[in-house]
Formats: sequence, C-alpha cells, structure tokens
Amino acid sequence: MDREYMFNSVQEIFRDIFDDKELIVTNGTNSDEIEDWDSLNHINLVSAIEKEFNIRFALGELLSLKDVGTMIDLMLEKFKNK
Amino acid sequence: MDSKELLKWLSYPIDSKNILRKRKTIKKNLLSRNFSYKVKIAILGGSTTSEIKNILELFLLKNDIKPYFYESKYGQYYEEALFENKNLDEFKPDIIYIHSTHLNISNHVEINCTASEVDCAIEREVDKYSSIWRALDRFNCNIIQNNFDYPVDRNLGNLDGYDIHGKVHFINRLNLELSDCARKNNNIFIHDINYLASQIGLTNWFDRSLWYQAKYAVSMDSIPKLAFNLSKLINAIIGNSKKCLVLDLDNTCWGGVIGDDGICGIDIGVDTTTANVYTDFQKYAKNLKDRGIILCVCSKNDLKNAKEGFEHPDSVLTLSDFSSFKANWRPKYENILSIANEVNIGIDSMVFVDDNPVEREIVMDKVPSISVPNVGSDVINFIDHIDKGGYFELPNLSSDDIDRSVYYQDNKQRLEQQAVFKSYDNFLLSLDMESEIKTFSNLYIDRITQLTNKTNQFNLTTKRYNASEMDSVYHSDTHIKIYGRLKDKFGDNGLVSVIIGNIVDSACHVDVWLMSCRVLQRKMELAMLDELINHCKKRKVLELFGYYYKSSKNEMVSSMYMGFGFELVKRDGLDTVWRLNISSYEKKNKLIEVLNG
Repeated sequence: MDREYMFNSVQEIFRDIFDDKELIVTNGTNSDEIEDWDSLNHINLVSAIEKEFNIRFALGELLSLKDVGTMIDLMLEKFKNK
Repeated sequence: MDSKELLKWLSYPIDSKNILRKRKTIKKNLLSRNFSYKVKIAILGGSTTSEIKNILELFLLKNDIKPYFYESKYGQYYEEALFENKNLDEFKPDIIYIHSTHLNISNHVEINCTASEVDCAIEREVDKYSSIWRALDRFNCNIIQNNFDYPVDRNLGNLDGYDIHGKVHFINRLNLELSDCARKNNNIFIHDINYLASQIGLTNWFDRSLWYQAKYAVSMDSIPKLAFNLSKLINAIIGNSKKCLVLDLDNTCWGGVIGDDGICGIDIGVDTTTANVYTDFQKYAKNLKDRGIILCVCSKNDLKNAKEGFEHPDSVLTLSDFSSFKANWRPKYENILSIANEVNIGIDSMVFVDDNPVEREIVMDKVPSISVPNVGSDVINFIDHIDKGGYFELPNLSSDDIDRSVYYQDNKQRLEQQAVFKSYDNFLLSLDMESEIKTFSNLYIDRITQLTNKTNQFNLTTKRYNASEMDSVYHSDTHIKIYGRLKDKFGDNGLVSVIIGNIVDSACHVDVWLMSCRVLQRKMELAMLDELINHCKKRKVLELFGYYYKSSKNEMVSSMYMGFGFELVKRDGLDTVWRLNISSYEKKNKLIEVLNG
C-alpha cells in the first residue's frame, strides 16, 4: 500500500464522517481547521480508520498525532509491521 | 446514494461499518420522509452515549418515528434522575432510556463477604434503580432500563459464575432481581443487553481501548447493534411492531412443491435433515401465532393442493392456524392486499416471508409499506431473519394478545357469512351482537391503556396514554370514561372500544374515541355514542365537542362526526372540531343489544 492510496482512502473517511463531499485533506490538516472535529468525532474518525485498514492505534499514539500527515506516517508504519 | 442500499444497511443483518461511517448521509436521506410518530427520548447515561443516540436516531427514522433527544451530562444518569433538573423537566420526555452497564455497579462484593453481605449488596444495587424509577415517576412516561452485561474479565475463572463472591454470579442474580422489581411497574421495560452481549460475544462487545479513551461502555462495532435492539423495544412500546406474518408455502412451509410432489412427496416431519428444518420453522411460526401474531398464507398454488399440505400428519401448522389463506395464481401483491382487507390490518403491520427472491422483489415494489426480510432461499436462515429482525417485538404479554389470533379467525367466518344476506344490516342482526358499555373499571385498565397505544385506524385523536396518565383519568371526577365490549355468535371480541371525554362547564370534550380494528363495520360506534350521550345527560352536559386529528392512518374516521350529525365548528388544516347539541339527540343504535345490568 503506497502513501497516496492510503491518503485518498483517509480523505474518503473524512468526507463521510464530516459529511462533506468536497473536503480536501492535506498533510497539514488538523483539528483546528475542521469545525466539527471535536473529541467525539475524533473517536469516530479513528474507529473508521482502524476498521478500514484493520489496524489498531495504541492509546499513547493517538495523543501525539498533531495532523493528518503524522497520522498517515504512523499508519504506514503499522501496515509495514503487520 | 441509492436509498434502497442505505435501508439495507439498517436491516438485519445490519452493516455496522457503513452505518457508522455514513451516518450523516443516511440521516439526510431518511429525513426526507414523513413520519407517523414523534417521540421525545431522554437518554440518561452511565457512560458516553453520543454515538448511541446518533445511531438510534437512524433506526427510529427508518421505522417511521421522528425522535427528539435529550442527553444527560456524561455519566450523570443517577444524579439527573434523582435531583431537580430543569432541562429534563422542560423536555417532557415520552421515553427515558437509562443506559447503565456493569461498569456502573456500585455495590461490590469483597472476597471475604458473608452470604448475607452478598444478599445485601444485591439488594442495595436493585434499590438504586428502583429509587431512580420512583424519582422518574414525575414524568409519567415509559422507562427503558438496561440490565447488566458480564465483565470481560473474571477474576475467579469458572468459579466466577458459581461462587457467591464472583462477579458473574453477582450479575446473574442482579438481573433476576432487577426484572422482578421492574415487572411490578408496567411502565418499566428491561432492555436485555445481557442477551445482546452474548449474541455479539463479550470479546467484541466491549473494547477496553475505547473505554479508556472515550468512556464508551460498548465497542464502536456493537453500538449499531445496541441501537437496533433498542429501536425494536421502542417500536413495541409505542405500538409500532408488526402484527401479521404472511407465509409462502412451497420451499417455505415445507420442502418441495405440493402441486408436483403431492402430500407424500413434500419434506416435513422428522425423517430427513431438511424435513426437520421445515418442521422447526413451522414450530417457530406456530409459537408466534400462540402469542398473538396473525398467520396468513399467500401462495401460488391450487387452493386444494395448498390446503392438503397442512393435512400432512407431521405438519405442525394446521389450516385453523391461519386467519387468511390465499392460494391461487394471481400476483402475490394482490393477494396481500386482500389479506389486509380480510383480517383488517394495515399493510405496514405485515411481514412477508417467501423463499423466492423474485416474488419478494415484486411484492416490495408493489406494496412498499410491507416488510419483506431478505431471507434468502434456504429455510435454515428464515428464523434468524424473522427473530433478529425484531419485527414482532412486544412490550409485555397480555392475555389479550394470546387470544387475539382466534378473533381474527372468527372474523373470517363472519366475512363468509356476509355474502348470503340481503342487506348489510340484516347480516349484522344475524350476528346476535351483545355489548357491555360501562365506566372504566380497574380490571380493564391495562387493556384500555394498551388500546390507546396501539390503535391507529379507528382513532380520532391518536392520543396515547401511559399507565400513570391513564391512572389519573381513571380517578378523575371530571371525565366521562367508558369502554365497550362486544360479543357475537362467533365469539367474544373482548374490550374493543374506548371513549374518554373531559367535562368543562356544561360541555364534554372527547379526548379519545377509538375502536379496535377487529370490530370495524359493526356499527358499534353508534352504541358507544348512545352511551356517551346517556352519561352526558346524567352529568347535565349540554354540548358535546368531537375532535378529529389527522394521522397517516386514521383517514377512515375523518368524517365520523359528520355522519353522526355533528356540525363543523373549526377546521385547522386537516384537523377538525365538531359540535353536537345533546337535547335533540335521538338514539342511533338498532343492531346491538346493550346489556349494562
């Protein structure tokens, strides 16, 4: 799985969760930029990603994610080690 | 997105992944419909409830219910129930859902506790909930209470369920005591998350990580399943469950084709593997019938052949189990319409089971309000689709439910008789109808409350009452409240009609006028009107005001008051208000003998 493919899938998940078909996600996108990205939607987002890619984040990992780019880096890492 | 596809995700077997991910799209799609029911639901949570509320909303919308929600502050189910709470007071809930789980148990058993200390802990825990229910009495509403799921870890291993110090043992006893206590109140309904968790599997039911991160007591994947289960209970409480199961015959009630294979060739009984499966399916249907669900047949067959199938010595179902039996070569949707007419229920109260996907598709297409579970073509899965689909969920077992299917069969005999009479009144006279119309008595209050909650067609105001609201009417001096029972030569129809009128000065305002659909077209309403007027005269009432509030199902009574000679005094959209001067009233009932002695 390459980074671009994963990026597009993550963007699709964002579009579903935030119900915005035109939403563009970049490496720098973070919770300040998306109005509805509160703690409850964050959980929904993470759950959907875990389900889609069949991976699980550890508790500490989620706290350190500052934007979408670092999230995808972490996901790629998990995918490699699977 | 195709709305059929979205609806499929919300039907058994539900698609949790898509429901969670596309929740907002689904909601938008469902909101474009019209809704028969509006319900205010307060969720009092012992853990996070946000996504439970969101997903519950989808299932309710799908079931024709527009919900309005109140959510307690995180974990405050106990405090918000017990102490003054202005927001909840203002919200005026119809239903309160208490989402507590084993994580909310506050009386724990230590390893050195004595047996009586364990008893005491269980008692204290049950007391906590009964005090919540008592405090919520102030809302006069229905309460849904979770029972307790098992914890995922059990310190004592297998001993945990057996020794009095085990958590599993504690929860088993707690659940029994909680049910015993809940049964004493008829507005409390237990939501069985213990069974649900077993069905899902404890490992999948609870997600430690999600609990620590977001304080959800249920895994994300299980939330749609919990919401689905909960929506069925809400359906049952508000009288929105299905009432009638319509069955195909060949390869549904038995294996093979009766027309080709004959009575000796069909698969039923215990002799072969597949015969056993059909037999068990028939047993399942029979059990549904025994608890009040109407069974009907809709099959493409010659009538004679079709009936012969149930004469098979191993057939569990017999001809007398069916309230309507349609076996012919007309399209099935036509037969379904005539079944609805014959047993007198709405199409949206019916569930159709057929092994043939083409037949299912046509029926779904032609009569979209009927439920057609996607049962597949293998009978082994049919029970799961009916059972887990939750179509026939019921709030409690009343003895009336158990007798009901008998009445519908009597109704069929009546229709057959009708054909040979000159006039309809002649036919009605031949039924030797006898009625008892009296003021409410304690004996019938449960049945009366039940009728107000599930009668949709002959119901002028569709005003619903819960047990405590009905209790206040029962004890009120300013209300005329009468019920009617109807008997005829085919049997006793039981308590079938209710009128509640509110007396203000010298006028009586009819808040409730309803009649069970099993006695429509019997002119029972005239006998009820006569009695209502009698009561009015005794109470020196001079004017009677009738109200008609339009719902999606009560068109049949939109001009009832006009037919009685009331004058229209107000029109508000499709709702109307009617007035009758009592002094000039003449008795209208000539067909039913009223015995009030």
